[in-house]
Amino acid sequence: MAETTTAQPTRPAGGHPAPGGPASERPAAEPPAAKRRVRRASRQGRLWPAHVLLSLGAVVTVFPLLWQVLTSFKSFGESTRVPPTIWPEHWQWSNFSTVFDSIPFGDQFVNTVLMTLIRTVAQLLLCSMAAYAFARIRFPGRGAIFLGFLAVLMVPSQLFLLPQYQIMQDLGWLNSLQALSVPGMFSAFGTFLLRQFFLGLPGELEEAARLDGANPFTVYWRIALPLARPGLLALGILTFLWSWNDLMWPLVVNTDPAQMPLSAGLASLQGSHMTDYPVLMAGSLLATLPVIVVFVAMQRHFIQGIAFSGMKG
Amino acid sequence: MSPETETAGAKGAPPPVIPVTPVTSVTALDERQLRRRERKFHNRDKWWGYALIAPAGLGLAVFYLWPVLQTLYYSFTEWGPFGGTTWIGIENYRTLVSDPEVWQSLGNTLFYTVLVLLGIPVAMVLAVLLNLKGMRGTGFYRTLYFLPVVTMPAAVAVVWRWLYNGDIGIINEALAKIGIDGAYWVSDPSTVRFAVAAVGVWMTVGYNMILLLAGLQGIPQDYYEAASLDGAGRVRQFFSVTLPLLSPTLFFTTVLSVIQSLQVFDLIYMILGANTAVGPTNPAYSEGQTVVMLFFQKSFYDNQRAYGAAIVCVLFVLIMALTALQFRLQKRWVHYG
Repeated sequence: MAETTTAQPTRPAGGHPAPGGPASERPAAEPPAAKRRVRRASRQGRLWPAHVLLSLGAVVTVFPLLWQVLTSFKSFGESTRVPPTIWPEHWQWSNFSTVFDSIPFGDQFVNTVLMTLIRTVAQLLLCSMAAYAFARIRFPGRGAIFLGFLAVLMVPSQLFLLPQYQIMQDLGWLNSLQALSVPGMFSAFGTFLLRQFFLGLPGELEEAARLDGANPFTVYWRIALPLARPGLLALGILTFLWSWNDLMWPLVVNTDPAQMPLSAGLASLQGSHMTDYPVLMAGSLLATLPVIVVFVAMQRHFIQGIAFSGMKG
Repeated sequence: MSPETETAGAKGAPPPVIPVTPVTSVTALDERQLRRRERKFHNRDKWWGYALIAPAGLGLAVFYLWPVLQTLYYSFTEWGPFGGTTWIGIENYRTLVSDPEVWQSLGNTLFYTVLVLLGIPVAMVLAVLLNLKGMRGTGFYRTLYFLPVVTMPAAVAVVWRWLYNGDIGIINEALAKIGIDGAYWVSDPSTVRFAVAAVGVWMTVGYNMILLLAGLQGIPQDYYEAASLDGAGRVRQFFSVTLPLLSPTLFFTTVLSVIQSLQVFDLIYMILGANTAVGPTNPAYSEGQTVVMLFFQKSFYDNQRAYGAAIVCVLFVLIMALTALQFRLQKRWVHYG
């Protein structure tokens, strides 16, 4: 109906923003300041139902984590009391030391950090190298090799598990840091993500550097990589998160508690303290706190990075 | 003209809008010169190309590509007690089809997948609210809703098992206040699947919300102005502007959600508790067990690796089929500009 007459003229073909064309936004008429203030005030007034709904949702979202923190400081007896207490009567820090006594928490923390670090650094380096070659260098067989990468991208991770385990066993790597880290150093997803990123960068600088005699590696390392920082950040965050939280692979390869990461350690803690919830809450809090701290510190990057790429899985 | 994706396409201009005008013929000349120079480098470059790809490529080939083929092969074999495999054809698949445990776990997984999809409308409402004109505190809300997304699923499971506890869990305490006698949520066969899916929704709402919010912010304000000039009210605007323009994002979100839900493991594995040598301690174990859990159990505890391989191959086919189905159905409801 009338929609066509008004919507059409400002709408560029194919839904793309008109590239290089005349700016499609019309400058909006500025309402007088007083009027604007009134409108803003009334708008805030109308927004309160939205705030109520959003707050309600936020409470539901945060409550489990809050309850986790509160429980982790209660004594076992207090946690089982039937009208439950909200605040701990005595803040019982010993739940945390019980965690340390039950599982080799320090070792597992170090394992988790190292595993995460190795996987993340390796992926950033290896994926960006391959991605750069796919995006910018021409060589015979490039398309075929890229198809191989894409094939890996489409397969759910459980299909790799048995043979990967076999390889670890054959190498004698079970219960080691290598077993935790090595297969996760390679990623088809990361390569694909960064390739898209490199393709979106303007190539003039790189071409100029090539004409000045720099070799492709120098151009990749000195020019393309610094420009790709947002892409690297997104991949780094995803890999960090995914490695830290990974459970199945560690459960499979590292059955020795001293060699486990925290996720698997939590599984064994749950096995041994099935109903001692304050201790379980303390353990799970300790395992998640580092990620939450990093998330809160760099939330904008986290959210953008994850929205940008779609979580791997 | 055939678009040269490496040079022309990389500049960010979508191919269809490169018109053949005198202006571009100059750049075309430049490009031709450039390409000639490129060819000079080409031979040396190709070795650089192989060298840069080699580390990632070899790693992926050894740890990913080859294992897929091996898993496929294993699924047609029998695992000897001391290792080694014997070809038995489709025997594993035949066993699988008549294995009630497989069907049960498939059903559980699909049930979980469907219920988690119900979180998408919730995420959509939240995203629309956050996108309201003049909304304050969006950053604050976003952070809170995103917390469950970054929290380790294993830890989340431990926390929810506590909330769900039948005797002293806070959920039943709250229900008792309003006179409802709560169930033993995660150890009662009739409630376990709902309980687990609720956690699944809780964990994914923030993520879906962020994706949908990004989609909403991509809708040009002009469209709403145009619609309101035409007298469309808020509701009408939502259905005739927001929903169609958001449908590609909704589609993407749905596809991702299905793929991830079908592979769910950590959360449910931890909520249900271990399946020990003498059988699971949780009476609702088989009503909660997912396909990947069954695979894990068969492969690494029951030492039936070939059977486990067959199970994941079936899962792979299921994921591919459901994804393909969604792509086919998208013509009916997804609106590309």
